Amino acid sequence: MTNIPETGRSPRVQIRLVVIQVLVVSLLGTLGGRLWYLQIREGDQYAKEASGNHVQQVVQPAVRGSILDARGVALADNETRLVVSASRTELLKMRDDGKAVLTKLAGVLGMSAKEVGEKVRLCDAKTPQPCWNGSPYQPIPITDEATPKQALQIRERAEDFPGITAEPQAVRRYAAPGKANTAQVLGYLSPVTDEEIQKAQDTDSPYLRSDMVGRSGLERQYDKQLRGKAGVTRYEVDKLGRVLGQAEADPAEPGANLVTSIDARVQRIAEYELNEAMKEARKQHDRNTNRTYEADSGAVVVMEAKTGRVVAMASNPTYDPNAWVGGISAKDYAALTGKESNYPLLNRAIQGQSAPGSIFKVIPTAAAINAGYSFEGPYNCSSSYSIGSQVFKNFESQNHGPISLGRALEVSCDTVFYALSHEEWKRDGGNKPKKNPDDWFYKTSHQFGLGEETGIDLPNEVTGRVPDRQWKLDYWKANKDVWCKTGKKDGSYAERIAYENCLEGNRLRAGDSVNYSIGQGDTLVTPIQMATVYAAIANGGTLYDPTVGKAVISPDGRTVTEIEPKPHGKLPMTKQTLSQIDEALEGVATRGTAAWRFGGWPQDEIPMHAKTGTAEVYGKQTTSWFATYTEDYSIVMTISQGGTGSGASGPAVRNIYNALYGVSEDGEIDNKKALLPTPQKTLPKVRTDGTIKAPKVSKDPAKDRVEPSPDAGATTPQDDPADPQQPGTVPSPENTNRDTRRRERRRGGRSGTRRTAS
Amino acid sequence: MTGGVNSFQVSGYGPERAGWTRVLARDSLARRLDWPILLSALALSLLGSLLVWSATRNRTELNQGDPYYFLVRHWLNTGIGLALMVGALWLGHRALRTAVPLLYGASVFLILLVLTPLGSTINGAHSWIKLPGGFSLQPSEFVKITIILGMAMLLAARVDAGDKPYPDHRTVLQALGLAVVPMLIVMLMPDLGSVMVMVVIVLGVLLASGASNRWVFGLLGAGAAGAITVWQVGILDEYQINRFAAFANPELDPAGVGYNTNQARIAIGSGGLTGSGLFHGSQTTGQFVPEQQTDFVFTVAGEELGFVGGALIIGLLGIILWRACRIARDTTDLYGTIVAAGIVAWFAFQTFENIGMTLGIMPVTGLPLPFVSYGGSSMFATWLAVGLLQSIRIQRPMSA
Repeated sequence: MTNIPETGRSPRVQIRLVVIQVLVVSLLGTLGGRLWYLQIREGDQYAKEASGNHVQQVVQPAVRGSILDARGVALADNETRLVVSASRTELLKMRDDGKAVLTKLAGVLGMSAKEVGEKVRLCDAKTPQPCWNGSPYQPIPITDEATPKQALQIRERAEDFPGITAEPQAVRRYAAPGKANTAQVLGYLSPVTDEEIQKAQDTDSPYLRSDMVGRSGLERQYDKQLRGKAGVTRYEVDKLGRVLGQAEADPAEPGANLVTSIDARVQRIAEYELNEAMKEARKQHDRNTNRTYEADSGAVVVMEAKTGRVVAMASNPTYDPNAWVGGISAKDYAALTGKESNYPLLNRAIQGQSAPGSIFKVIPTAAAINAGYSFEGPYNCSSSYSIGSQVFKNFESQNHGPISLGRALEVSCDTVFYALSHEEWKRDGGNKPKKNPDDWFYKTSHQFGLGEETGIDLPNEVTGRVPDRQWKLDYWKANKDVWCKTGKKDGSYAERIAYENCLEGNRLRAGDSVNYSIGQGDTLVTPIQMATVYAAIANGGTLYDPTVGKAVISPDGRTVTEIEPKPHGKLPMTKQTLSQIDEALEGVATRGTAAWRFGGWPQDEIPMHAKTGTAEVYGKQTTSWFATYTEDYSIVMTISQGGTGSGASGPAVRNIYNALYGVSEDGEIDNKKALLPTPQKTLPKVRTDGTIKAPKVSKDPAKDRVEPSPDAGATTPQDDPADPQQPGTVPSPENTNRDTRRRERRRGGRSGTRRTAS
Repeated sequence: MTGGVNSFQVSGYGPERAGWTRVLARDSLARRLDWPILLSALALSLLGSLLVWSATRNRTELNQGDPYYFLVRHWLNTGIGLALMVGALWLGHRALRTAVPLLYGASVFLILLVLTPLGSTINGAHSWIKLPGGFSLQPSEFVKITIILGMAMLLAARVDAGDKPYPDHRTVLQALGLAVVPMLIVMLMPDLGSVMVMVVIVLGVLLASGASNRWVFGLLGAGAAGAITVWQVGILDEYQINRFAAFANPELDPAGVGYNTNQARIAIGSGGLTGSGLFHGSQTTGQFVPEQQTDFVFTVAGEELGFVGGALIIGLLGIILWRACRIARDTTDLYGTIVAAGIVAWFAFQTFENIGMTLGIMPVTGLPLPFVSYGGSSMFATWLAVGLLQSIRIQRPMSA
C-alpha cells in the first residue's frame, strides 16, 4: 500500500531521538527545580519584596512635644501655619522641570524665583545651603508663612499650580515667653537625612521620611521623647501610584513634653543682663590695648546649687531660633554660620572654653591643703615671685605681707599660689621629675571635674583642659614638627616661644606650674564647669551632672518620668577645708575683690559668696570671669575680651540675684518681687487633654524691675581696708578690681620682668 | 498496515460505520489522535487566556477600556489555531511536503515585507506586519514551520526513498542553505530570539535526520562562533546587550535594564506554593511586570497560581514534548521523524527560554510561551505544529 520503506528509524536516529528526549526532560526538570527554589525556598523573601513594591505610605506627622520651663511656660511649642509645599516628583514631570510653576508661585508668595528654586533643590556635596536635605519624594516646604489669601490663590487655581499644595500644618514655634529666647539651649530642627534613616532603621525609634530631627540643644538631646511617633497609613498601589487596596492605619502619637528647670523670667533677665554687661564693657577703655573692650562673646549660667539644675543659661551672641522653622533661608544661614557671624549657634556656656584666671584659685587652695600645707600659713604675699631670671609679678605688684590661704583668696594674691605650686613642682622632681610625681595641683583639678565633660544633658559639650604632664607630652608630640620648623632663637616673640617649645615643650616647666596655679597658661574651662564647681562648694561638696531637663511628661499628662539629679563626684577636701574656703569666698563678697559689687547686699539673710577672675589671653583683651553662689544658687558669668571679673560681669550677676531674691538696690528684700527665692520644686501639670497649666509671664521681666543704675556698684561705699583700690576713688571698673592672672612673659632678650595687664 | 497519503479520508469515512461505533472504532480518527497533546494544548490555551486576562484587565492603556478585550482575543486566536490544526491534519504532513516550495516562497516574501516600511517595530524588534483591525502578523513564527518542513523534505527524500541510510553531505548543505536564508533575514529585523529558536530547530532537525556527527558538532561550533561574531561586530542593539548584562548580573540597575527580570522574579517568588489567587497578585494588578501578557505571562501564573500553577504549565508542556518525542520515535518515515523532532526542538527551546528568563536563569529575549502567551502568530504557528504532530501520529502503523 505504500512505497515508503521502513527505514526512518535507523539505530543512529533512534539513539539521537532518545538523547533529545532526555535533554527535553532535563530542561523541564531544571525549570521545575528553579521554580521550586524561587517560590518555596526563597518565597518569603520575595513576598516581602513584593509588598514593599506596592505599598505606599502616607505619613501624618506626629505633633512634637513642647519644651516647658519649670513652671509650665512653653519655651518651644507648635502652631498651625499655612505651609506651601512643592512636590518634586510632580514638578520634574513637566517639560521645564516645573520652572514656570515655581516662578508663578514665587510671584504669588512675594518671593524671588531664585529663592524658591533654592528651597526645592536637593542637597548634595556640591550644593550649599539652602537646599532640601529630606526625601525627594516628600513635599518640600517653600514657606510656612503663607497668608490665607495666598493659600486661597494657590488652591483655587490648582490647575495653574500642579504639584503645589497649601495646607495648614503644625510647625515648631519658639515662643520666647517674656522675651526669653533661650536659643542655644533649645536648639533647632531640620529634616532627617537619608543617612540617619538608614542608621536608625532597625532601632526602636526609626525615622520617617518626613521627620524633623533635633540638631542641637534640647531638641537634639531629647529628640526621641519629643518626636512622638508619626502616623502611617498604608495604601496598596500599582506601578503608577494609583490606589488599589484598602488602607491600614497607625494613628500618630504625639511626642511627650519636656519640663526643664529653666525659669523663663530668670532666663530673660540673664540674657538681658549679659547683653547689657557686654554693651557696657564695649564703652570701657582698655589700658593695655588702648581701645575699648571688644566684648565679643559671653555666657552666664544660673544653677540650683543643691541639684545642679540649670535655671538659666544664656550665650551671647544669640539668634532667633524661629529662623530654622520651615527651612532656613540663605541669608539667615550665612548670618548664623558665616565667618563674619561670630557663630551665634554656639552655646558658649558649654562650648566656650577659656582660661579661668583667678576663679580657678579655689582648686590650688584645695590642692595645697591635700599636699599637706596648712590653711592658715602664713604665706608671703610678695609683690613678685622669681624663678631664676623669670619674674612673676603679683597683680599691680601688690604686697600684702604674710597671709593665710583664705586671705589669699579674698585679695586674690597670685604670688602665694605661685610659690606653693612651684614648691610642689620642685618636690615632684622639678626638671627631672620623679617616677610617680604627686602632681597635687593637677590631680585636684581632675577631681574637681575639670578637663572632662560635666555630663550636662546638652549635646557637644566641650571638656576644657588641665595642662598636666600627659597633656604637655601629647601636645608636644602633635606640634613639635611645626614648632621646630618655625622656631627661631632670636626671632619674634612667637618664634622664640616656638623655639623653646620645640626644645622642651614636652616637659612641665617651672613656669608652667606657676602660670597654672592661677588659672592661666594652657588651662581652659567652660562656664558650666565652673558653675558646677561653685555649686558643689555651696552644697557641701557634691558635684552634680548639670541638667536642663527636669521631667518628661506624656502628652496626656498621665506618665511623668522625672530626671533626677545625679552626682558624679565629691570635691576632694575635708568639711573643714570646705568651710574655710566657703568663708574666704564670703570674704571676697564682703571685703575682697567683689565687695564693691555687693554693696548693700543683705548678707545676713542671703549670704553671698564670690570669686572674681580676669584672665589674660595672648593677643587678646582680658576675659572677665565672675563666679558666685548663695545657699541655693550658683551663678557664673564670663565675657570674652570684656575686661575684669567684677568690673564687666559684676553688675549683671548682682542684678540677676536681685531679681531672684527680690532684693532692691538698697538691700531691702521684697518677697513679692522675688522671682524665685527658692528653686522651683513642683512640676507643672499637663492636663489629660494635652493643655498645660502655666502661669502668665509678663511681656519682659527684665523691664519689670526697677531699672538698676549701671554704676550701682560704684556708688556703694566701700570700707574694706584689705582692698586699697577703692572704687570710690577710681570709678573705672578696670582698675578698681583686682585678682588677675598673668601669663608669664618670656624672658629672652633683655626683658627680665614682665609687664602686667590691667 | 501503514497509513497512506490519503489515510485521513480513508479512515474517516468508512461507509459501514456510524455514530459512536465509528468514532470509537480501533482505526477511527478519534482513536488514533494523540489526545494528551491535544488536551494539553487546549488546557494551556485556556489557562493562558485566564492569565492574559488577569494581566490585562486593568491595563486600560492596552485593552481600550474593555477588561475582556484580551481574553476574547486569546480565545479567538485559540479557535483559529484549532482550525489551522484541523486544516493541517486534513491536508496531512506529507501533502504539505509537496507544498514546501510554495510555503517557503511565501514566508520568505513575508519576512522580506517586514523589512519594508510595511513592517512595524514592537519592543525594539522590527518583526511585525500591521494588519487592518488592530491585528498584526509576525511572519517569523511561520518561518519556523517552513524551515522544519523544508529541511525535512530535503533531508528525508533520499533516505525515505531507500537510496541511502543517512542524508549525504550535499543534501545537508542544501538543507542548511534553505534554513540560512530566512534566518539571515530575521536577524536583520533584528529578531534575535527567533533566530536562536531557528538555530535550535536546525540542530534538532539535523540530529533527527541522522546526518553525520560532523555536521552536528560543526553546527554547534558555527553557532558559538556566530554568537561571538554577532557580539563583536556590534550588530546587536544596545537594549540587547543590556539584557545580557542584566542577566549576567541581576543586581545591575534594578530600576533600569534589570527591571524586567527583577520584577518578574519578585512576582514569581512571592507566589509561594499556591499563589495569591487569580486576579489577586499584587505584582500583576500593580502592573509591575512589563510585557506581562506576552513574554512574561508565566509570572502571572507564578504569582497568582503559585508553584502549583507554574508546575502545571511546565507539566502540560512536558506532556506535549514527551508525546511529540514518542511520535518522532514511533513514526516509520524519516520525514515524519524529522518534522516531529524539529517541533520538539522548537517547543522545548522556546519553553525553556521563556520560562527560564522569568526565573532568571536565561537572558531576556522576546519569545512567547507556546499556547499561553498572548499573540496570534505564535498561537497559529504552535497549533499548526500540533496539527502536523497529529498528522504524523495518525499515519503511523497501528501496530507500533
